[in-house]
Amino acid sequence: MPDIHKTAQPSAKPRRTRRGGGVMGSTGLYIATGVAALLFLVPFYLLIRNALSTDPEITGENWKFFPTNLQWGNFTELFNDPTVPFGRSLWNSTVVATLHTVGVLFVCSLAGYGLARIPYKHANKVFYAVLGTLMVPTAVTFVPSFVLVSSLGWVDTYRGLIVPALFSGFTCFLFRQYFLGFPKELEEAARVDGLGYWGAYWRVVVPNSLNFFAAIATITFINGWNSFLWPLVIGQSPDAWTVQVALSNYMTNQTVVFHTIFMATAISILPLLLVFLFLQRWLVQGIAQTGIKG
Amino acid sequence: MSTTTKLDLASPAPAKATPAKPRRGLRGSPTFNFWLFTGPFLIGLAIFVYVPILWSIWLSFFEARFTVTPEKFIGFDNYVYMLTNDDFVGSLGTFTVFAAFIVPTTWAMSLGLALAVNRLRFMRAFFRSVFFLPTACSYVAAALIWKMSIFSGVRFGLMNTVLGWFGVENIAWLADPNPPWYWLVIVSARLWLQSGFYMILFLAALQNIPGELYEAAALDGAKPGWQTFRYITLPQLRATSTAVVLLLLIAAYQAFDEFFNLLQKTTWGRPPLVELYYKALGENQDYGAGSAGAVILTVLICLVTLFQGKLMGFGRGDESK
Repeated sequence: MPDIHKTAQPSAKPRRTRRGGGVMGSTGLYIATGVAALLFLVPFYLLIRNALSTDPEITGENWKFFPTNLQWGNFTELFNDPTVPFGRSLWNSTVVATLHTVGVLFVCSLAGYGLARIPYKHANKVFYAVLGTLMVPTAVTFVPSFVLVSSLGWVDTYRGLIVPALFSGFTCFLFRQYFLGFPKELEEAARVDGLGYWGAYWRVVVPNSLNFFAAIATITFINGWNSFLWPLVIGQSPDAWTVQVALSNYMTNQTVVFHTIFMATAISILPLLLVFLFLQRWLVQGIAQTGIKG
Repeated sequence: MSTTTKLDLASPAPAKATPAKPRRGLRGSPTFNFWLFTGPFLIGLAIFVYVPILWSIWLSFFEARFTVTPEKFIGFDNYVYMLTNDDFVGSLGTFTVFAAFIVPTTWAMSLGLALAVNRLRFMRAFFRSVFFLPTACSYVAAALIWKMSIFSGVRFGLMNTVLGWFGVENIAWLADPNPPWYWLVIVSARLWLQSGFYMILFLAALQNIPGELYEAAALDGAKPGWQTFRYITLPQLRATSTAVVLLLLIAAYQAFDEFFNLLQKTTWGRPPLVELYYKALGENQDYGAGSAGAVILTVLICLVTLFQGKLMGFGRGDESK
């Protein structure tokens, strides 16, 4: 068993020792990469710096690289400010992104498995019907989708935010591709032991695919947390705002002050940064493995 | 189209396989199980993807303001209106300019980063993390940082501060379309956000290039550096490159978040989705015209995708696995 678990995970690094000298020496390479890295980090630095500054320090004439003393009180100020429904939007995002992830994993993995593994004579036609939706970007259908969802009375509800986004043709496609490569012998053994498709799926296929599920879960969660257009369309009252919609509103709202906005932005990024820092190696592997084949 | 024939040939195979399998009535029937597995997804797909598309097409032939059950059939008038509407046509132009900037720059930057990171001997994981980290940020968050801290048009913005050291006057980055500095803001934000993701794809592909190829090239006298890159690395990355360009184009088509947040209600620099958002969900709630715009956009995307697929051979040999 553990062997197959391993082979399902292609080794990400057949590292070659060859690394020619090239035009640029090693030092030059490090300097160039280092400068690029600094540029990539500047926005993060600005975010944290501004989140922990006072407003005069952010907007002051003389640019200060370091704030004179860090305003940790900005944090409590943000959550205690009754004019800014930030806690509520944070909660909405958490609920929406979590249920979105669970739902996508459940619905799309089942469909991907069915398309990949269950012999049915029209399976290919069904597969093409799914593939066809990839040609129509979901963002383009937001107008009619909004019409549909509002006629269902789902505006400003979790249902409206979550359900329409569950049926991702792309995720279904990724699962299908993955299951096509899943070792068939395992399932056959399960079938011989008397399990039906359903039993073999839940008791053999899923437990042996946890890495892949986890990778897709992470990517789906990130997308769910960061999505903006759909929540903007559906979440019309402040009670239904997700974090992204709330941030967007603060940008135009005159009453909210700089350090509050930056603190809110920093907090909105924090969960994903933690995911990235702790699960990185595995997330990178997942993307490399699921994104596309080289 | 070779895939179709191959798939057709494959269809008798299940018939051969069935007798070997234990049949347990309906529960074991492949057809039943197929629908059990795919049913929930397909029903959702039908309701939330196919119905909106069809509804959109239907609505686009009606005068539908403030209503989704219109009565007045007006044929192609919505299409004519959208295609002669300066704002909508302008938004297609905006998209074209945007794609022309962002696709090649992201391609080059992510490939450059991947090559650099791949050649590092120490701290490779650190640099990879740094470049990958912005992927965690939402476009809204990035737009906020860009607009309020880096490219704010006033003195305290980072960019204006830095330029000020060199005696450059304050630039109103987003408030003035002449000269169109807002492109710099939008493109740099998106480059920062998405390069790391595509770098990962290139890194994975680079690590899959067999080292023997480089050894053989060295034996044949190819100099390391530009020559090996041009004749070995680049051709070996072809499949990934094609896919990256395609993904970048699709992502560019869907551009909404950063334009919406950076430019807010300005009339310039509106890509199609922002334009449609204001048209259909703005004050007029013109669902008919909005739907016509969505249909036009979808057709355009399909055409470009198909054309690009033909041009670059996307999907060739993809089904063979």
